[in-house]
Amino acid sequence: MSARTLFDKVWDAHVVAHLEDGYDLLHVDLNLLHDLSGVNALDDIASRGLSVRNPELQLAVPDHAISTDPGRTAMSNPRSADRVPRLRAGAHAHGIRYIDINDPSQGIVHVIGPEFGMTLPGMLITCGDSHTSTHGALGALAFGIGSSEVSHVLATQTLLQKRPQQLRVTFEGRLAVGATPKDMILSLIGEIGASGGNGHAIEYAGSAIQDLSMEGRLTVCNMSIECGAKVGMIAPDQVTFDYLSGREFAPRGARWEEALAAWRGLPTDLEATFARDVVIDAAAIAPQVTWGTSPEHTIAIDGHVPDPNAAPSAAQRQAWSLALSYMGLSPGMPIAGTPIDRVFIGSCTNGRLSDFEAAAAIVYGRRVAQGVTAWAVPGSQAVKTEAESRGIADVLKSAGIEWREPGCSSCVAVNGEVVPPGQRAVSTTNRNFVGRQGPQARTHLASPEIAAASAITGVITDPRHLDD
Amino acid sequence: MEPFCRVTGPAAPLARDNVDTDVIIRIERLAELDRDALGSYAFEALRYRPDGSEDPDFILNQVAYRDAPILLAGENFGCGSSREGAVWALAGCGIRCVIAKSFGGIFANNCYQNGVLPIALSGSCVDALTMRALDRQGAAFTVDLDAKTIAPPGGEPITFSIDGLRRRALLAGLDDLGLTLQITDAIGSFQQRDRIARPWIWQRSLLPNAPGNKR
Repeated sequence: MSARTLFDKVWDAHVVAHLEDGYDLLHVDLNLLHDLSGVNALDDIASRGLSVRNPELQLAVPDHAISTDPGRTAMSNPRSADRVPRLRAGAHAHGIRYIDINDPSQGIVHVIGPEFGMTLPGMLITCGDSHTSTHGALGALAFGIGSSEVSHVLATQTLLQKRPQQLRVTFEGRLAVGATPKDMILSLIGEIGASGGNGHAIEYAGSAIQDLSMEGRLTVCNMSIECGAKVGMIAPDQVTFDYLSGREFAPRGARWEEALAAWRGLPTDLEATFARDVVIDAAAIAPQVTWGTSPEHTIAIDGHVPDPNAAPSAAQRQAWSLALSYMGLSPGMPIAGTPIDRVFIGSCTNGRLSDFEAAAAIVYGRRVAQGVTAWAVPGSQAVKTEAESRGIADVLKSAGIEWREPGCSSCVAVNGEVVPPGQRAVSTTNRNFVGRQGPQARTHLASPEIAAASAITGVITDPRHLDD
Repeated sequence: MEPFCRVTGPAAPLARDNVDTDVIIRIERLAELDRDALGSYAFEALRYRPDGSEDPDFILNQVAYRDAPILLAGENFGCGSSREGAVWALAGCGIRCVIAKSFGGIFANNCYQNGVLPIALSGSCVDALTMRALDRQGAAFTVDLDAKTIAPPGGEPITFSIDGLRRRALLAGLDDLGLTLQITDAIGSFQQRDRIARPWIWQRSLLPNAPGNKR
């Protein structure tokens, strides 16, 4: 057989039927349902009179629309109070495992999948959420789909997809001190643009990727969709196997050995080729912060807001001008030092234990600046419990950061937890779109380190110079 | 699903790149409203001023384009979130066809599930159509899926390409599920083989009361 990539191997293993024009019917090994698109899809198949073909390959958990207020219930957010009961009822009606709002396993779908070992190398995973690419960090082929496609998976355990092109992104060398996985992915998006990965599945490779912890890899793969790629994958290696070993739904004993043997065959063959290759010098990556309204609008934390007159095209000149006007920034100003109102640390991008640990290390012994509201929203109950038992939550709370319940919260702002109009937030989330965190909210995407440092000073701050 | 054969009407030039699905429909609307009610909330942040009044500068608020069934967009239209509500909102305000330089991949797939035709053309082609739409304020374009042509007002039709499978499904009014339900036998045989090939996927049931589950 000719040389194949990681993506080829996983895709090929899931082909139920080859159709035409590069379309395949693919088997789905795990489908995750949440309280927005999951509810729509469950309603949809009920209205079509269809049943769920493989309930044992589904999992339902509320994360998007639920409140993250301490002491919350399903009714805490009245505008979407029916979503949780509808998800619960739909899951129960079809015999699907449902994790309730305050269950110890609850969390953002893309945080709990890896955390409980539900996500495994070589799996094909779908969810009605574009950040499903997160699971690719473990060598799974995972991507977001629309709710009609979720209905398709529920009814048939398959999905009709066109085979994408493949793009390899190689981060060569080592990250500089102070640079984080968030900076790696923002740098890539800045370099290839918000549509640079359209129609492609990405494989992240190179020594700087191999050096990352699993949590760092999850952050990188999470934002693949922000450069247009539905899929972002990393070859499974010892980091992956050590991470998974002993997790609740990971195989055990002889099954583990059998699975491990299969997983060791997944990495891309040496002779395999990609439609495109992008190589990035990891050592040159500076801490990043976005200035505009697309994740491609990113600059180094010690950089200056760009001038639309210097934009490479007329379309970009227009986009940059609109973005600056929305963000209330002027060309040429240094981004560091810009006053902020809000800090949000959390989301499926940066809502894991190491993210709160990094934030705590920065705010330890300090206080959030007067006038700044800072939130830390753990990605899951397990993250919350662990951060509390390790004293991380106490450090954050002592600094004046609100420690909340797990969920998507202000990242998608569907639960009423918005950044108020005109206010400026540093967020560890994934999208700085117009209105994303609330109407007229101004979002700067950055790492937990930058978010934490900015909370302390009240202005966008380079954490490397917090003591200056 | 409503079949798509031919659409005639004004083409609204929304000459912007990277129009994301958050801008097409705010997520709160999807949590609060039924899909049939989303049309008047499409492009909310662009269409209305903070005080709730219509922004006359926004293309879909202009008389010539208010009922346009065709939208002319830039690069990467529908990028970002997977929310299918973006397509429901567009369809809800009467848009049946989006012509763009490129599309967000999930958005394009969502179009095919809802009888909306996404057409990707070269940048220069889209720019030419946009110029034509602006010159001929609201004059009718005709998009013919059977013939794979776009006829601009007072101009020669241009052809576009679309995968045969997508074209036939749109013409027949079949979404993906409609297609797959015609070949379910293949799924059974795949699963039978896969249970032996990858037992670790199948022997760890996530079912609520499966034996061995701690939770």
